[in-house]
Amino acid sequence: MNPTQAEGGPARFRATPSSVPEASLPAVQTQVADNATIATRDERLRQGSFLGSFLHRPEFAAVSGAILVFVLFGITAGNSGMFQPDGIINWMQVASYLGIIAVGACLLMIAGEFDLSLGSMIGFAGMMVALPAVYYHWPLWAAILFAFAGSMILGGLNGYLVLSTKLPSFIVTLASLFILRGLTLALSVRFANRTVISGVGELVEKDWLARTFFQGVVGGGLFHRMAQHGWITALSNGDPLVAGVPKVVIWWFALAAVGSLVLARSRFGNWIFAAGGDANAARNVGVPVRGVKISLFVFTAFCACAFAVLQVCDIGSASADRGLQKEFEAIIAAVIGGCLLTGGYGSVIGACCGALIFGVVQIGITYTNVSSDWFRVFLGGMLLVAVLFNNFVRQRLSQAR
Amino acid sequence: MHPSTVPAPAQDEYLLSLENVSKFFGNVVALNGVTLRLRRGEVHCLLGDNGAGKSTLIKTLAGVHQPSKGEYSVDGKPVHFRSPKEALDLGIATVYQDLALVPLMSVARNFFLGREPMRRLFGLLPVMDIPTAASVAKQKLADMGIVVRDPSQPIGNMSGGEKQCLAIARAIHFGARVLILDEPTAALGVKQSANVLKLIRTARDRGISIVFITHNANHAYPVGDSFTLLNRGRSLGTFTKETITKGELLDLMAGGEEMQQLVAELEGVAA
Repeated sequence: MNPTQAEGGPARFRATPSSVPEASLPAVQTQVADNATIATRDERLRQGSFLGSFLHRPEFAAVSGAILVFVLFGITAGNSGMFQPDGIINWMQVASYLGIIAVGACLLMIAGEFDLSLGSMIGFAGMMVALPAVYYHWPLWAAILFAFAGSMILGGLNGYLVLSTKLPSFIVTLASLFILRGLTLALSVRFANRTVISGVGELVEKDWLARTFFQGVVGGGLFHRMAQHGWITALSNGDPLVAGVPKVVIWWFALAAVGSLVLARSRFGNWIFAAGGDANAARNVGVPVRGVKISLFVFTAFCACAFAVLQVCDIGSASADRGLQKEFEAIIAAVIGGCLLTGGYGSVIGACCGALIFGVVQIGITYTNVSSDWFRVFLGGMLLVAVLFNNFVRQRLSQAR
Repeated sequence: MHPSTVPAPAQDEYLLSLENVSKFFGNVVALNGVTLRLRRGEVHCLLGDNGAGKSTLIKTLAGVHQPSKGEYSVDGKPVHFRSPKEALDLGIATVYQDLALVPLMSVARNFFLGREPMRRLFGLLPVMDIPTAASVAKQKLADMGIVVRDPSQPIGNMSGGEKQCLAIARAIHFGARVLILDEPTAALGVKQSANVLKLIRTARDRGISIVFITHNANHAYPVGDSFTLLNRGRSLGTFTKETITKGELLDLMAGGEEMQQLVAELEGVAA
């Protein structure tokens, strides 16, 4: 994959920039030191660089994959409008929706668990917004809060079941995948006698919560001015073609920022790694593994609900088949982003790059001459490469001497 | 049933004591009336073959299990730990056989796992103080004779002996008064075992009391001050170093002449 890793075994010790002085000893001395005593082993530190340490980070594959995808589409579809503001919004929107759930799935996966019910949760949460609001005339904000509370309780229930039965989360959440999807269908037919509930659109306009946080765009004024100056494409009436940055993008960025800060820098983040890396060891040093995992199930459900509410407010309707297969897409994004399926390793930034790759390829392919039927082939191939690469990384990291 | 080779001294001469402790798991009697007293500043070896109840005993000491019968005292006061955390708060640290280390995490993160040093980002957000964690981990391991080149390297790269030392150094750093070492030499080679045994002496010289669990009397005898033998959930008694020879220890452990014969044969081969 790259020269440093191709050297394999000896690359056990990587250097941070701070340790470079120790490492820059002459090569001859290094060879002598190999036979020397244990106490003076610092000479065996390999010279590292900033690039070198980046190569060892979990998000390396995803970031380079994302760059590769951009270069690829820059060459094949560079002048097709894909990188015009409206084109960018197109693929950013796809990436953002996926990115929101990928953040949750990624953190949960690092903690060593899956949530396969994520996609069904999107459908169910959408119904929890639309049914009470349209058929029972709840204020929309109340319906949205209800949906968040309901999803998070269901997420907590998933976690509780997994942790107390000690069954693999794969099986437990596979069951909730079917239960929730079935419930979504059955309950929407039972209460509304239909599987698509429209009419949320009008409510959104009148509701402060939906309008402020879930619907429309940010930076409308800025985009308007840019259009007036002719910096971006304007419609015939002077309005910009792209009205602003959709709120889903902001949600994605915010969740990604919070997620990666928590994972990399907080105590809770340390516990996430520990819970997924070795739950028993973590428990032995007093990490509340159960609490960590359950709260991540709740967080994943929160992400699914945010996805659902944004979608319902954007489209103006809820449908029982929303979010179909999203659980797989989220897991794919997380794995492309460097998360190990076994847990304990991964990065939020990586998962976001995975989502970005997903969005760029899915939308970008329509700008090229390639039939979009090939999208899934590409995605599956990408997943396979990512898993092989991650597996290689894990073996390198956990090999014992 | 307890041949008290140690005269009964004042209560708080003992840092830890288990008096007639039994532990049942359903119908299984894991421990049956075991008494174990740890003096201040001694290395107390707990010997026994597989299935003797060593693991149950240390998990009881560590606060993972609660005794079904009998009394557990710390500093002469009875305690009822509900979690390992409570034992830890009293300075009783356990280094498990599987070390409680997470292989994919870095040396620094492992060292501080569960007790992360914090600082405030922009004076506001509590975040882990990773530079401090790295430098402290590096320093404390250096004190134990382990040179870590890069504390951000994952722990999976370390040798078994180094991991063992890291786990011990971690326990000492976090104020352990009592170290319970669960078979620290079981998976190690000769040289690494020697390093760990030296480390046990180092720790004792710093005034830390140690419960050293092993099934290897050859490892126990050189470092131990007193020895408690377990066999099928019962204690065969506690002996000080003055009152027992290595040979007798081996005999007691094996619990039969057959083993003695085997040892004699093996020593014959070696000689």
